[in-house]
Amino acid sequence: MSYTIEVNRVKRTVDVDADMPLLWVLRDELKLKGSKFGCGIGLCGACTVHLDGKAVRSCITPLSSVGSAAVATIEGMAADPVGKKLQRLWMDLDVPQCGYCQAGQIMSATELLTKNPHPNDDEIDATMTGNVCRCCTYTRIRAAIKKVANLHSAAVER
Amino acid sequence: MRTIIAKRARASTTGAVTSFSSSRRIFLKASVTAGGGLLLQAVLPPLVQVAIADALAAPADQAASLNAYIRIAPDGIVTIMSKNPEIGQGIKTMLPMVIAEELDVEWKNVRVEQAPLDEASFGRQFAGGSMATPLNYDPLRRVGAAARQMLVLAAAQSWSVAPAECRTGAGVVYHQKSGRSLSFGALAAKAATLPVPDLATVPLKDPKTFEIIGQPIPGVDNEKIMTGRPLFGIDVDVPDMLYAVFQKCPVFGGSLMSANVDTLKALPGVHDAFIVKASEANPNSDPQGLSDGVAIVAKSWWIADKAREKLEIQWDEGPVAAQSSVGFAHDAATLSQQVPVSYLRRDGDVAASLKHAAHVVEAGYSYPFLSHIALEPQNCTAHFQDGRAVLWAPTQNPGPGAKLVAATLGIPESDVTVKMTRIGGGFGRRLRNDFMAEAAWISKQVGAPVKLLWNRQDDMRHDFYRPAGFHFFKAGLDDDGKVVAFSNHFVTFGRNGKLADSAAMDANEFPAQLVPNLEYGQSVMELGVPTGPLRAPRSNALGFVFQSFIDELADRAGKDPVEFRLALLGERRVLVNSTGKPDALRDFDTGRMRDVLLEVAEISDWSDRHALPKRTGKGVAFYFSHLGYFAEVVQASVASSGEIKLDHVWIVADVGRQIVNPSGAENQVQGAALDGLGAALGQAITIDRGRVVQSNFDSVRPLRMKQVPPVEVRFLTTDHPPTGLGEPALPPVIPALCNAIFAATGKRIRSLPIDAEALRI
Repeated sequence: MSYTIEVNRVKRTVDVDADMPLLWVLRDELKLKGSKFGCGIGLCGACTVHLDGKAVRSCITPLSSVGSAAVATIEGMAADPVGKKLQRLWMDLDVPQCGYCQAGQIMSATELLTKNPHPNDDEIDATMTGNVCRCCTYTRIRAAIKKVANLHSAAVER
Repeated sequence: MRTIIAKRARASTTGAVTSFSSSRRIFLKASVTAGGGLLLQAVLPPLVQVAIADALAAPADQAASLNAYIRIAPDGIVTIMSKNPEIGQGIKTMLPMVIAEELDVEWKNVRVEQAPLDEASFGRQFAGGSMATPLNYDPLRRVGAAARQMLVLAAAQSWSVAPAECRTGAGVVYHQKSGRSLSFGALAAKAATLPVPDLATVPLKDPKTFEIIGQPIPGVDNEKIMTGRPLFGIDVDVPDMLYAVFQKCPVFGGSLMSANVDTLKALPGVHDAFIVKASEANPNSDPQGLSDGVAIVAKSWWIADKAREKLEIQWDEGPVAAQSSVGFAHDAATLSQQVPVSYLRRDGDVAASLKHAAHVVEAGYSYPFLSHIALEPQNCTAHFQDGRAVLWAPTQNPGPGAKLVAATLGIPESDVTVKMTRIGGGFGRRLRNDFMAEAAWISKQVGAPVKLLWNRQDDMRHDFYRPAGFHFFKAGLDDDGKVVAFSNHFVTFGRNGKLADSAAMDANEFPAQLVPNLEYGQSVMELGVPTGPLRAPRSNALGFVFQSFIDELADRAGKDPVEFRLALLGERRVLVNSTGKPDALRDFDTGRMRDVLLEVAEISDWSDRHALPKRTGKGVAFYFSHLGYFAEVVQASVASSGEIKLDHVWIVADVGRQIVNPSGAENQVQGAALDGLGAALGQAITIDRGRVVQSNFDSVRPLRMKQVPPVEVRFLTTDHPPTGLGEPALPPVIPALCNAIFAATGKRIRSLPIDAEALRI
């Protein structure tokens, strides 16, 4: 069946089954490889993308449920003011080890800071605990999120 | 040592100049690339005489010869090949830093490329054993320095001046007297025609002048990672590629009787489905290679994976179906009552000294099988065509992978090409290459490029597991609390008369040589579950049992756990391993361990620990592995529910005189410690009727953000060769946590993972 979805502000049409998870549409049909497959049941967060700005696990999101929602992936984060800052900080703080989970981490962090520019530690932990980093780069992930939140604060004070 | 000569020239090179120093057994070759740049290729002898960890299952003589490439373009951009697989250990950044430093170029002008598998040119290419630093640090400095010297000579000849009058800086050769200068880019073509200096005597920089080594340099792939560019094995995309899954027997070693492949073939989108019999692939079927199963090949991976729902397979489960974790624990308990089958060492007279000991302490410890749970599931893309195979493989060990593929397909190894991708976590799992054999076989059967991808369940249920183990201790203390007798009966696993992979204990395990009456006995249970190295193989378990039991002894002796350990370590000296032959992996420097232990006590405010709140405690442990000396303190709090909160971790490490990349180093140490804590708190693989019970991250729980404490890392700089960091931070953190829980609750953790229920009050 043919579906047209909006991915990173571009309309894309794919001809696949209705229950094909969004992750596989993105990766194998649209060749956007940034969203990763980790567990297949929404436990690890490696596949995290945004639907209308809300972080979802694309491995358990059937294509038919996407409808007209705007899909944003890590490939589109350079155009997102918060996502772009997080990408920059992630590089500056040298967050990754293997790097496999980091796209999902940034997608979750982008939603968090977009909705709550000044999260406290508990709020950061609560949101980010859905994203597994098998290399355990959590210390730096936390630091990068806090730094972006502080940049927000500095901008507001000015 | 042996002489190694590069077997073939690069296809794209012309005008090669070679030099060979027989006395030093170093061969170096320079040539001009098609683009006019300098290509420097070196094969080096084992300058660091260390044995490769047995985890690698490779001949030691292969593992010691190394190689690197430097390419300098006319515009001054330097391309450095990174020889080893990148699994997150930061090697793709760190090794090129070493070359760039001695070459004397600016890091911003360096581009790093992943080398393909080419062990004739590069020597052994693998990620394992924390060996990259000890094996490559000195040799790759020399590769960079030799290239710099050739560039200086080229400039000196151009100016008709003595090379000694020239100096370099930031990719430029200067002649101060005349005020002239030439860039490396301008000199590269000429330099490539000059004789290559002797690597063994080429002058190296004074480390005080280092500008790249010792700087925190971010990973070279960071931008691609953060913007979602394809990098990993799973991201490989080949034109006309099909997607495959491979269903194997849930019971290890089971064989396939029949399967409804015709039903599967009829499903929409399914390209093919067929039975694989390992015995047909290769008469000498490698237990680490192809197994029986059903391959489903489809136009998308999701269709292939979903088709498994319709799959019906009749298996002959075979003898391993009789094995289970419960049975192993029962058998181990029985064996513990008997005399060990063999002894790794027997010093003095343990039985006699126990009779006269003031205190005797006895305890049994155990730990479970563990899965590696790399976040990127096993995968490989293969294209078999016209008798040749090309593989895009996220493997830690591509050389043996190529051999395995060649054997599986029955083609010469020279017809197997392996392209290394970035890897979404290794942890030792990808030292085994079963997924490569499967992808190659499936591609050959369907006659098309195929990406094989395992799902999480496949990955967790078809691993080479960290072997479980059982340890039965008995020790005697004298009136002063000194250890006079120490005995350990290790009940481990084997198969067909050999110990299982990564199931061995070393005769030099601490406190060997420090207790006059000491014996390490061993008994072996038959195991059909595949095992293999997991990050800090053996040490990740032995650290837990030995450093926990030593804590029990400190407690019985009524001594401070740090003071007790210092007394056990005794004076500063090197305890040479039991073979009597120097072996850096086994010789134990008590002085280096004393220093990290004292330092970690200092930075963790160890002496103030009695002021901690109720049910909060600090625990200490140390461990020497992979050439690194680590002492760690964990502070943990235990709620009345039994829930464990990690408050803080302090780590002091001695890995020699130079931290190459402080950013990567800190990340590795923090990550390894947290990895160990995650395993101790939430991970076990249970075997039931020959199969793995767990299947995903709900039952094997990786550490998550909300559990993560601050982890402070300090490196002591000592006058020893630089050594690796991927592994040695892990072993001591588990006993440090368990000892902290004892300090907080009075309850000893003698079995992993930690049972929080048992800590409830």
